[in-house]
Parts: sequence; structure tokens; C-alpha cells
Amino acid sequence: MRFSVFNLARQALSAHRNWPEQWRSPEPKNAYDAIIIGAGGHGLGTAYYLAKEHGMRNIAVLEKGWLGGGNTGRNTTIIRSNYLWEESQGLYEHAVKLWENLSQELNYNVMYSARGVMMLAHTIHDIQVFKRHVHANRLQGIDNEWLTPEQAKEFCPILNIAPNMRYPILGAALQRRGGVARHDAVAWGYARAASAMGVDIIQNCEVTGIRRDANGAVSGVETTRGLIGTKKIGVVAAGHTSVVMGMADVRMPLESYPLQALVSEPIKPIMPCVVMSNTIHAYMSQSDKGELVIGAGTDAYTSYSQTGGLHITTHTLDAICELFPNVRRLRMLRNWGGIVDVTPDRSPIIGKTPVKGLYVNCGWGTGGFKATPGSANVFAHTIAKDEPHPINAAFTLDRFRTGRLIDEAAAAAVAH
Amino acid sequence: MSLSLRTAKSGRINRKKPLSFRFDGQLYRAFEGDTLASGLLANGVHLMGRSFKYHRPRGLISAGSEEPNALVGVDRGNGRYTPNLRATQVELHDGLIAESQNSWPSLAYDVGEINNLLSPLFVAGFYYKTFMQPKQAWKNVYEPVIRRAAGLGKAATAADPDHYASRFAHCDVLVIGAGPAGLAAALAAAESGARVILCDEQNELGGSLLAELHATIDGVPAQTWLEQTLAALVAKSDTVTLLPRTQCFGYFAQNFLGLAERVTDHLAQPDPRLPRERLWQVRAKEVVIATGAHERPLVFPDNDRPGIMLADAARIFANRYGVRAGGRAVIATAHDSAYQAAIDLKAAGVTIAMIADLRKEANGPLPMAARAAGIHVETGTAITGSKGRLRVKAALVGKIGTDGEESVPCDLILMCGGWTPSVHLFSQSRGKLVFDEAKQVFVPGHSAQQERSVGACKGSETLIEALNEGFAAGRDAAEKAGFAKGKARKAKVSGVIEAHGGFLGAVPHGHDVNRVKAFVDFQNDVTAKDIKLATREGMHSIEHVKRYTTTGMATDQGKTSNMNALAIAAEALGKAIPAVGLTTFRQPYTPITFGTMAGHSRGDLFDPVRRTPMHGWAKAQGAKFEDVGLWKRAHYFPKAGEDLHAAVARECRIVRETAGLFDASTLGKIEVVGPDAAEFMNRLYTNPWSKLEVGRCRYGLMLNEAGFVMDDGVVGRISANRFHVTTTTGGAARVLNHMEDYLQTEFPELKVALTSTTEQWAVIAVQGPQARAIIATLVEGIDLANEAMPHMSVREGKICGVPTRLFRMSFTGELGFEVNVPADYGQAIWEAIWAEGEKHGAVAYGTEAMHVLRAEKGYIIVGQETDGTVTPHDLGLDWAIGKAKPDFVGKRSLTRVDLVKPDRQQLVGLLTVDSQIVLEEGAQVTLAANPPPGTSALGHVTSAYHSATLGHSIALAMVASGRARIGEVLHVPMPNGAIAVRVCEPIFYDKDGSRLNV
Amino acid sequence: MLLIPCPHCGPRPEIEFRYAGEAHVARAADPGAVNDQDWAEYLYFRSNPKGIHFERWRHVSGCARFFNCVRDTVSDKILTTYPAGEKKPDLGTLMKEAGR
Repeated sequence: MRFSVFNLARQALSAHRNWPEQWRSPEPKNAYDAIIIGAGGHGLGTAYYLAKEHGMRNIAVLEKGWLGGGNTGRNTTIIRSNYLWEESQGLYEHAVKLWENLSQELNYNVMYSARGVMMLAHTIHDIQVFKRHVHANRLQGIDNEWLTPEQAKEFCPILNIAPNMRYPILGAALQRRGGVARHDAVAWGYARAASAMGVDIIQNCEVTGIRRDANGAVSGVETTRGLIGTKKIGVVAAGHTSVVMGMADVRMPLESYPLQALVSEPIKPIMPCVVMSNTIHAYMSQSDKGELVIGAGTDAYTSYSQTGGLHITTHTLDAICELFPNVRRLRMLRNWGGIVDVTPDRSPIIGKTPVKGLYVNCGWGTGGFKATPGSANVFAHTIAKDEPHPINAAFTLDRFRTGRLIDEAAAAAVAH
Repeated sequence: MSLSLRTAKSGRINRKKPLSFRFDGQLYRAFEGDTLASGLLANGVHLMGRSFKYHRPRGLISAGSEEPNALVGVDRGNGRYTPNLRATQVELHDGLIAESQNSWPSLAYDVGEINNLLSPLFVAGFYYKTFMQPKQAWKNVYEPVIRRAAGLGKAATAADPDHYASRFAHCDVLVIGAGPAGLAAALAAAESGARVILCDEQNELGGSLLAELHATIDGVPAQTWLEQTLAALVAKSDTVTLLPRTQCFGYFAQNFLGLAERVTDHLAQPDPRLPRERLWQVRAKEVVIATGAHERPLVFPDNDRPGIMLADAARIFANRYGVRAGGRAVIATAHDSAYQAAIDLKAAGVTIAMIADLRKEANGPLPMAARAAGIHVETGTAITGSKGRLRVKAALVGKIGTDGEESVPCDLILMCGGWTPSVHLFSQSRGKLVFDEAKQVFVPGHSAQQERSVGACKGSETLIEALNEGFAAGRDAAEKAGFAKGKARKAKVSGVIEAHGGFLGAVPHGHDVNRVKAFVDFQNDVTAKDIKLATREGMHSIEHVKRYTTTGMATDQGKTSNMNALAIAAEALGKAIPAVGLTTFRQPYTPITFGTMAGHSRGDLFDPVRRTPMHGWAKAQGAKFEDVGLWKRAHYFPKAGEDLHAAVARECRIVRETAGLFDASTLGKIEVVGPDAAEFMNRLYTNPWSKLEVGRCRYGLMLNEAGFVMDDGVVGRISANRFHVTTTTGGAARVLNHMEDYLQTEFPELKVALTSTTEQWAVIAVQGPQARAIIATLVEGIDLANEAMPHMSVREGKICGVPTRLFRMSFTGELGFEVNVPADYGQAIWEAIWAEGEKHGAVAYGTEAMHVLRAEKGYIIVGQETDGTVTPHDLGLDWAIGKAKPDFVGKRSLTRVDLVKPDRQQLVGLLTVDSQIVLEEGAQVTLAANPPPGTSALGHVTSAYHSATLGHSIALAMVASGRARIGEVLHVPMPNGAIAVRVCEPIFYDKDGSRLNV
Repeated sequence: MLLIPCPHCGPRPEIEFRYAGEAHVARAADPGAVNDQDWAEYLYFRSNPKGIHFERWRHVSGCARFFNCVRDTVSDKILTTYPAGEKKPDLGTLMKEAGR
């Protein structure tokens, strides 16, 4: 049943008793043409584009927990494409363009809201770095503009631009097309659309092994719900990628870190956009519900615990209170952690692996949500065609051998 | 003031101390000891808020921190406005001003209530199904409307003037919760000699004992026992810390816990020196969790009207605050404890119309006592609805299994679905919960840390269990913390009667379950039918149900709602409750103020400020400063009327004509000492060091292991075994860490010691043709002549009688010295040199002029010309690589495929064709003047300045195959059109270096 | 905030330390003899286990020494720490000591 205001009204007449399941809960088949491991936004999206654009409908998405329960449902939902390197710009801009039509495409309101993402410069070095981004983005036709402190405050009136701050704000780079979306809706929207095309989404199904044939190519997966045959496996397991790839004896250039985020109690709107400060480690937006959504950098050590240290949270909030002094009396409602898989150059790996039939999409670090549709779209292409899409061609595993890194971190000291 | 709702005498309020307060502008009277909730109830006010989604009128349902409805804003003026406070936790003081939230124009007449009429549309998740057409409308129309409607209270508009404190603490035993179990634990642990911290979220320690009127403990009334126990704990104040108004909000790894203490909000005139709140970060050897239990509401149609509250809350208001929550009550229950409430309320003068018990039978001691007290009890009877609008007027009750329904007039409905152990902190500690089938509750199972739960939070239902578990746990915790085993204690309790029972899920009724509103999560307006809708739509995980319906996601975090939601979902899914599972308990237990988390870290204390020894002098000269890492560096020294450009032009000109003084103290300095010092340097830097003569210096280049430039700096050889290494300002700590890493873990066989001397040396650069003349009269014991002390050499001697390491080196291209003196002498020596310099017309220059001067010479700045992707070859620094060395950090990586590609970006100079245009740093360099979008850049401008010395602009850039393009015209596209540039060597001034060697 | 037992100073809070990645990733004695793939493994590829992890910390605000630590990355419990350069402890013994 299509989602629309008419159907909503019609269903209201029958007290909403007739809404169908948004996705099926099938038993796994014996074999599929392709299996995606991980039912987050990237994995579900991959299945959706495999079915829709490549006609692969006999496929399954396996999820050890509940769909959308990993980083998709734990992130601060920032979307932007104002990256430094052309490879990154191409990838993230591809995603932004898909975001712009995603609600209509999926018939699911993912609430993409181009509220603007503003990145603050506190030092002369920041200015140099952000202006380099602005110029590089303009050359690629990606919007990103430089604002004076006064213009920044006009865009976000609660911002403190006092010159006597410990790290005064010297300017800001603004991407107006950047913004936020509703994270759960992205997972659910892709799940519903993929399921409708025949994709089996199998939750509570943990992969415990990867089977390979005599030639070394993949032949199936062992799961907590039995053996499932397949010739193509797409691993989209985020923080658990090293674990899953280890089942095929593939080592990865990844480390998994806790990343915390928090929200305030809901308040009436005070925050019209997203503000990020990499120099003092904090970013903030406000959800439609009214909660201030706040994040920062990762904890220092690798961990799969989905929790982090209190000192990370206190440090994040002291930075937030410096930037926005009127929020000091507001209160933290919820603080949680995810597990993010980080590559040495802070750029993702999307492509083939040394094992035939095994594909990987990982290494999104702290910034994967924004790429969800673009990542899923090019990864589906990679799996279906057994070769990368031009947009993800540079994001190989092999770049760590050649040294052809796409180093967004070293270049900008920018958290994603 | 109507006192008719006050009980005759009971309670812990101070009836001799009346006070007044305002709520929504109306003046009310109450007593010291009241909360805003009890104060309003005493004035007959039940309507305290509006719900989040449907804007339904709401009163409070609880008496504690679990309150979902009665959220208020409290205004203390001047930026001291706090939204979303629970009226049940706001302690009244004279003159307190509070207001309701989320309603307009008033709490009683709120236009937002139209949402209630539209509620058939506004079901769980409706917003995912609509607002999609037309595409632009979400951002421009729907979302702004939704955002204005959403949100609870308002944020303050001004900066918060209050301050917040934070404290780290260690203890042997942390006891969380000061009810009977926690008090007993604290007492037992303290008697063993342990250092104890006892915290409780309430303003008074005592927990349930504060409302206990009947029990005796060890032969005395419970509240007397409480006083005696507190006195015993206070007597041990050198080892026992009592923290009322202190919420333990988070349980982290390795027994690290976060506590938030409310220090001044309850005071009418707080001492301004006091912090508003204080964050305690406690590392406890052992923890006792005694956090009690929450009473559950019953989920029945229209269970949310003002005047409907939890039974025990009404008992607490009567017994502790001396307030009758109503005149005529209907009690709906499935647990014996509500009978106690009925008995106590009746004693306080409330008419109990009836008790409707969901259970077939209720023959425990308490129900029997209630009947004996003449209270009308109906078992097998459900509450099926309520009437009223701004205050409940009647309860609908009916026998279960029949369609019959009776309307019972009342102004108060009390509900009790049983008790949910407060396992939040246990769960946060990563302990595993187990489901107690008999009691139908989750209780602590296997512990993951050094903790134990006692009393109601582990499912124990009686006072005697709470006390005895507390005594045993306190004794056990102290013993595990290393103290001698204390003597076992058992409490003697009389006067309280056992209470059992409980009910989970939606109360049965004869109405259309898909049409009535039976609230599960009051604040977020989640009803039983919303949860069923979610399960119908495929949300089979409790996490999906939670996220789709938002149940449990309000500011109370589902304390009263989660178990009912879980039971309704489990029933809809046809699964057992433990098979559906709980959502994760996240910190904080109750919301914690941002300011409390930030603590002292604000303003200048946000991050430490590092100042050089000469900072005061520069400040007195009117220098403008820039932030570089933690340092404040003098950026430029403007004279009256000068802007940055004028000042920098003057500073540069005078340095080249005469001389300038520059504070280089922020550069990192590392002393590398030992018999293997030269070998260590060989391995850490690209350059060869073995043959560097004592007394000479060399430009050192450091790579990371990936082969990319990491740092640079001049290194002087002080003796055969001693190098004076300098690093970039920002790289100092990183470089030392990098060196220590290799020394300690890869090359431990090398006999070398590393010492940071950054803060030991003040560094005064004297640069310019007159540099030697300026310092000549001050330096003792060093021959400064060009032949005796050539460019790139270092000598030890004295200046003005102070020991110095004197470097002859230059980052300007002029004759130059860097005077290193012990930091304490920095400003004095600077002033002495300055006095000499003034005689020669020298200038003090800042970092901006330094940047221009070095760019004129093509000297790179790591972090400006480089970005972590640049090799020595890219920079034209092959000469700095010791070709004969077998290995150095980064060497292997330099031969990787991509690092030897011919089209890598290389450092070049750029001259604008229009010589007066200064390029923008970061601007892109392209082949074509007007490249179409999507064109790849050849590179970018890394540095660009107007050179006053040369009379034209200069720039450095990284350009693909740049050195092969020298002479070519390229373009720098800007919003207003491209700027033509000619590629040149990256050096603009004194190419042969003749000015250095004079 | 972790409580980390520095083998030289005793237990100290995490904020005194700096994490330094996986332990026992040895730099080749002659890097020039290592091929590109193996060199990439040394530079970038890590075991990143879900479970027992051998890792390095530096007690930067204490004794300033690097040391090794065995930690369970699921529970964040620390099984043991030992000075840099010492051999990897036997995991079986450690697990037995930790009561598992």
C-alpha cells in the first residue's frame, strides 16, 4: 500500500487496522544470487539498487540483530558533500543528489532537510583549510561558501562570535545543500522498498562463516539460521567488518572505535542548521522533535562495546557550551555509542577483494550516514557488474599498497 | 489560600515557614519542604502541562524523578531560565517563578489541542507516510510547522551566568540510593571502616522511609530509625560522604560512575560563590545499587486526565508533604501496595469511593486491612475509562469479562500496576538482566563489575528484605574493598505488611481497542494501539517498536512505561516478554545539565593558554595575537592607524633593511642526548647526521612511516653526543611522541635520552643585516665574525651574563641569529636586545611578517605547503635526504608505486600576471581559464602574500608536474573570473643566498 | 574512563594515557627487503579483533613509557599489562587467571 496522505486518511477511517507489514520476515532460502551481510542503511540500500537497477531480486540481506540497529540508527545524520579530494567529492555529491529525491523514490519520508551545514574556523590554519575546500568544491560545481563571523551568526543566531572566546570564530564554510535526515526512516524506507521487490531481509541471522569453493571463490555463508549458498557476498558490516572479513581470511586496514553521540531534552526550535567545529571537537543540530543532536570525535581506543568514556562527553559539552552559551542550562537526555570502522586515510573502501565473489563496503568511520544512498548505489553496481562504478573506482583496498590514499583527515583535520 | 487540601499534621513540610510562589503568573502559598508539585496540589491545581503530540491536558502522575507529565520552566532571571524541570523535583523557595510549557495561549485553552481531534491521523509513524509531495514542501512547509509544534520548553536566550563545578573522587564503597536498603548498606560499610559515599537524588535522604508512617525498625518508628542512622553516618564524616540531591546518572567501565549534585536551585538567595550544580566522577572499589522501584501506571482508556496518578504518589503527597491529592478517590490496582495508599489516604481524610482490583482475588493482609477499615473493594474489576477534561470527574469501572461499565464520580483516580525494579544502573554496568517469571519483572542477574543490587531494585518487596540485604551488601562490599569483615546484622521490623501482585500491559475493556486512547508513554502520547500498529507493520524488535512509536524516548526515558510497552508488544507478537527483550538502558538515568558536564571548562579555562616568556612585552606593545595550538603568538605589531597589511609591510621592509626581533619561543625543542644520538637522528630524520660537525646546524626533515613529510626544523650539534632539535610549534608534542615511540619500541638498543626543552628555552630571533651588530655588544665568549661563526652554526656562551645557546640561522633569508636563553630570562634578554635594536632602527615582527619573509625565500611551512600527502621529492627537498643511509623512518614507503609517479604535485612559485593581485590561499590551479564544472585541478595555492620588498605579489603552490611547467601560464579560477599566473621557481628573493653569508 | 594499570606506575585513569594501536606489529629489520604488499600490511592492516586485543598505550602524563596491554574489546576489561619489549603473554593462562 502506497504511503500518502490519502491512504493515511483512508486508513484512519478503519482505525489503521489494515496497514500491511512494511517488510516481510521470511525464512532464509537455501541459496541466493547474492547475499548482503549487514542490514544497515548501506546494506539495505545496496539490496534495493541491486533489485531495482540490476534486476537481481533473488537476494538476501542478513542481519545479526534488527535492521537499522547499528550505526544507521545511532548517528547524528549529518549530510554534506564539501570534501577536499575529487574522489570524495564525486562520491558524496552522488549521495546528496540521491538524497534530494529519496523520499519520493522510496515512497517513505526520510525527512531530508537541507538546512545547511556550517563548519567553523577558529584559527588562521582553519581558514586556509576551509577556503581550500571552498575553492576545490566550486571547481567541481559543489556549493560551499565562505562566511564572515557576522554572516555565520546571521545564519545561526545562537552562535557565540565574541572575539574574547578562547578560540574565537574567524569565519565559516557553509554548504547550504548540506543538512540532516531521519536515520531510522532511511533503513526502513530501503527495507520496505527492497522487500517489495522480493529481497529477503533476514533479521536475527548472524553470519558465522564464509564458505569458499575449491578455487577459493565464495560459495555460501554459515549462519545461526543455517547454511545459505551464494556466489556473491557483499560485506557491509561497519564496525564488524574486520570480524566478517576474517571469516574469509581477508585482513583489513581497519580499526573499530567507539563513537558517542547525545541528545538534549526537546526544546522549541533554536538551531536552524548544523554547526560543526573540528578545532574544538563538537557539532550540533536540532531534530524535528526538538532535541539538540550533538556529537564529537571517537574515543581513543578500539572497542566493540558500544559505550565510551564520560570524559569524551564532558569535553564535547564544554565545547558546545562555549559555542552556544545559552544552552548551558539545557540537559543531556540520552548518550549512546556506536562502533565505527576507521581506515588509515579516513576514506571508505568500496570494491572487490582478493577473494572472488567477495565485495566489501566499509571504512566509513564517523561519516557514513551522509553517503548512504550513494554508497549503496555504487556498491550494487560493483557487485552486479563485478567491477567498480567510476565513482568508487578509487576507493580500492589496493590503494594502501600503492600509497594512492584519499586522505581527508591529514588534509583537513576534519571530522566527517 | 485554601488549606483545606492540607492534612491535619503529617508530613515533613515546615508548617511554620510559609512561602509563596508563582505558576503561570498566579500567586500560590505553600510551605518550606514542599515541591512545586505538592505546592500546586495543595492549592487544588492538577493541570500542570500539555502532552507532546496531542497537547492533552495533563497533571502529574508521580511524586519523583520518573514524572513524565508535569514539566515546567523555572525562571530565576538574567539567563537563568531552565525548561523541562519536573515539578515533582522542583523544591519550592519563597518567590519561585515557574510556568507551564507547550501550550498557547494558555494551559487551560491551548490551540494545540486541535491535534487531539486530528489524532486519528496522527498515529505512530504517520510522518513517514506523508508530507512527501511536492518535493520542496518538506523543507519549506511541513518541517517548519512540525518543528514549531514540537519541542517542549524554551531554551534561555541569554548566556547562563551560573557556574558549575566538578570533582573527582575515590571511595571504597559507593552506595546509590538512600532508602532503607542503601542506608543499611552505607551503615554496614562505614562500620567496617570503609570510605563511603552515599548519594540520593532526593533533597532528603531516606527514600521510602520519608513517607512511612506505620513501620518500626529495631523497635523505633521508621522515621526515628532514619534520624538515628543518618546521625550515625554523620558522626563518621571523615570517612562517610552524604550527598543528597545527587543523581547517580551513569555507570561506566571499571566502576567509574557519574553523579550530578544540585547545589543551589533550591535556595531563594544562593551564595553567588556556590556552583549551581556539581559533577562528581567517582572511581569506587565496590558499588551498592539501592535505587528502588518505580510504580507502574495502568494502561486503560483516557488514563491521562489531570487527577489520575500513581497510588503510591498520592500516598507520598499525603504522608510526606501533607497534601490530599483529591477529595474522593477511585483506586484501580493489581497490587496490594495500593491498599496501603487507600488506608493512608483515608486516614488523611480522602474519601475512597472504591478499590477496583484487576485480580480475581485480593486476600493478602493489606486488602484485608483495607476492607477492615471499611473501604469498598471490588476484585476482578477493571478500570475501563475516565471522564473529565481539565480534571478527572469520574472513573469507569466494570467487571472483567462483562461489557458492563459503571461511572463512579471522583476527583482522583489512583492506579497501581505493580512495581518495576529500577535496574538502569545495573544494566549500564553491563550486568545481565534476567526475567523473574513469578514476579514478572526484570531483575539483576550476572554482574559484570564490582557491584551488587539490594532492595526493591533487585525485586525485593518488603522493608525487612531491603534492610537485611543492605546490611549484608554493605558488609560484603567493605570486605571486598579490603576491610575486615564486619559483624552480621539483622533488622527487626514490625508494622508493615507484605504487598504483592502486579499487572503488565493493557487493561481489558469493552471499547474498540483501535479507537480509544490508552496511554503507555504519557509524555510522547504513545498509546497501546500505537504499539500494536507498529507490530502489525513489521516492527518485531522492541527497538523498532520504540523507535517507530517513540515509546520510552521521552524525557523520562520510559521509567513508567517501558514494561507496559514491552508487554503489549509481546502480546501482539505472540511471544514471551523475555523473548522480545528490553531496549538498552542508556545514561543518563535522569537528564543532566550541559553546564554540569562542562564544569569549570569555560572561557579561558576551556583550554589552557600557553604564553611565551615575552608575551607580556608583546602585549604591552599592542601586538595582535593568533592561536597556534594552545599558544598565543604575536601575529603583528600594528602602530597607530595601521591595519594588518600596513603593519606587515613595514615589519618586512625593516627586517630586510635593518633588522627585526621575533619571538620564536613556541617552536618545539627536544634535547637528544647519548652515545647513539647521531644514529638515532639518522633513523628519525631523512638527513645524514653522523658527519655533522659539533657547532654546526642542519635543516632536518622528518617523515612519518608512510613517507609523507611530518615535521621539520633546524638541528644543532652541541657536542658529539648531544643534539638540540627544533620542531614546528604545532608538532612539538607529536614529534616527541614519535621519537619516543621508535626509541622505546623499535630501537631500544640505542643509548639515547630524549627531553622536551620547549618551555626551558626562550628563543629570540634577531634577523636582518644589522643582526650581528645588535647582539655583538651583549654576547660574551662567542666570536660572531662570519668566518668564526658561519651561517648554520651554533655556539654556547653568555648574553648579558646569562647562558645562551646562540644559533646562527635564518628563516628570513637575512643574516640571522636565534638567541636561546633560559625561559626565566627571556623577557629581560629580549628587552636588552630590543634596546640595542632600537639604536639600529630594528622592528619587532610577528608571525605574519615571518610568513611573508620565508615565502619570499621559498621556505616551506609544514602544515601549509604540506598536508600529510606530500613527499620530500614533491617539495624539491631531495637534497635533505641522506642517500647513503640504509634506512630511516619513511624511507621504504618513498618507493611505493604512487609515491614515485611523475605527475605528482610539486612545489612551485606562482607570479600573477597582474603583479598586484594577491591570490587566495587554497585557490585551485587549472590549465584552462574558465574550466567547466568537474574539471580536475592541477593543484592549489598554499601560500600567497603581497611582498612589500619586491613590490608585487608572490605565491607558493603545489602543482601537478609543477617543476616541468616552469614558465607556463596557468589559471586560478575565482568566482569573478580566473587569475592568470606564471609558474616559477619557488624562490623570489636572493636566489643565491648571498645575504645569508655576510 | 578506563582504569589502566601502568606496569611502571600502577593503576591510573585513562586520561593520563595515549592509545598507540595494536601491539607486536614489528617493523622489519631491513624494510628495503619487504615487498609493497607486506609493507602495506605493516603500515595499515590490523587484526582489530572483537575480543582479546594486544595493544599499546603510552603513559604520557606519567612515566611517559610505552607498554603493552591485553584488553577484551567487548567488555573493555583489561587482562594484563606488561612493559614494551616483553614477550606476548600466554592467552590461555591469562584467561584462566581472569576466571573464564
